[in-house]
Amino acid sequence: MRSLLLAGWLILLSFSAHGVIETYQFDTDVQRARYHHFIEELRCPKCQNQNLSGSDSAISKDLRRQIHQMIMDDKSDIEITQYMVARYGDFILYRPQFNAATAVLWLTPLGLLLLGLFVWWRMAATRAKPKLSSDEALSVTEQQQLKDLLEEENSASKDGDNK
Amino acid sequence: MQRLKLFIPLLVFVALAAMFFGVERRVQRGEYAPTDLPSALVNRPLPAFSLPALEDGRTLTNSDIQGEWFLLNVWATWCPTCHYEHPFLVALADQGVKIVSVDYKDNAEAAQRWLAEKGNPYVATLFDEAGDFGLDLGVTGAPETYLVDAAGIVRFRYQGALDQAIWDREFAPLIAGLAAPSAELKQ
Repeated sequence: MRSLLLAGWLILLSFSAHGVIETYQFDTDVQRARYHHFIEELRCPKCQNQNLSGSDSAISKDLRRQIHQMIMDDKSDIEITQYMVARYGDFILYRPQFNAATAVLWLTPLGLLLLGLFVWWRMAATRAKPKLSSDEALSVTEQQQLKDLLEEENSASKDGDNK
Repeated sequence: MQRLKLFIPLLVFVALAAMFFGVERRVQRGEYAPTDLPSALVNRPLPAFSLPALEDGRTLTNSDIQGEWFLLNVWATWCPTCHYEHPFLVALADQGVKIVSVDYKDNAEAAQRWLAEKGNPYVATLFDEAGDFGLDLGVTGAPETYLVDAAGIVRFRYQGALDQAIWDREFAPLIAGLAAPSAELKQ
């Protein structure tokens, strides 16, 4: 039983291992780091939500080869990014540049956060001071009636105790 | 008023359900494919290329094929959808549509056999063995078809197999616009 539970936990805790193994040669560690940064940050154009490092598709393989080639040719990060965007559009960037087409992506979370804060503020405000409207508050005569009723109740229960 | 507020979640649900149903219907009718990417090349010049022709290996460049509007069809023998699309391309070519093709990451012999057996709708076939021109085009797979105007500007890209319905809906109106470029310029 214990081992079954443990196995169950291990299945729940296991992470999907991704990342294809290719052997590209680099001259420096900086080049290697840049390559890995690019294949993590660029999206496979064929897939809906996989980066280049996680994708097995032919186009991702070509793009990885291209990035390696461009890094070895001493192209700058900006040149590589521009090369990719010129061919595949903003879609290929997991962090697209801010422009008219991508504004909705960047601003929607901020808008939702502000909306949430507004709703929270409104709810907190109404809870802090429960306002009584004039017809909910008791008039002087109503308060007197209420007092009489309560006293009547009290004396009635006392009578009950005496029996 | 308080009572009406209780219906807000229901109204939101109905509105979302109607929206999703509408999108799903457009997907089923083939009017909208959520996985299609807008091409970064639209309204930009066709990238420069210098590739061997599949038939005889002579080098072809942009100037060899540009001059009037044409279709650029990306295909390969490893692509099952291209088999399905091929007869329609042959029919288009019979109607006089100029189609240039890119044989994308393919085997030359298999591609030559394919054209010999199934008919050759292409005025020229660029043999892009390494897929470099495919990268320049922003190809994500095959088949893909580009509409290039007389000035060499890409006007439209379609991902997936062409058929008569897609041709009538997507390409025909654009081509009608290309046929009268002088009218467009005057506006």
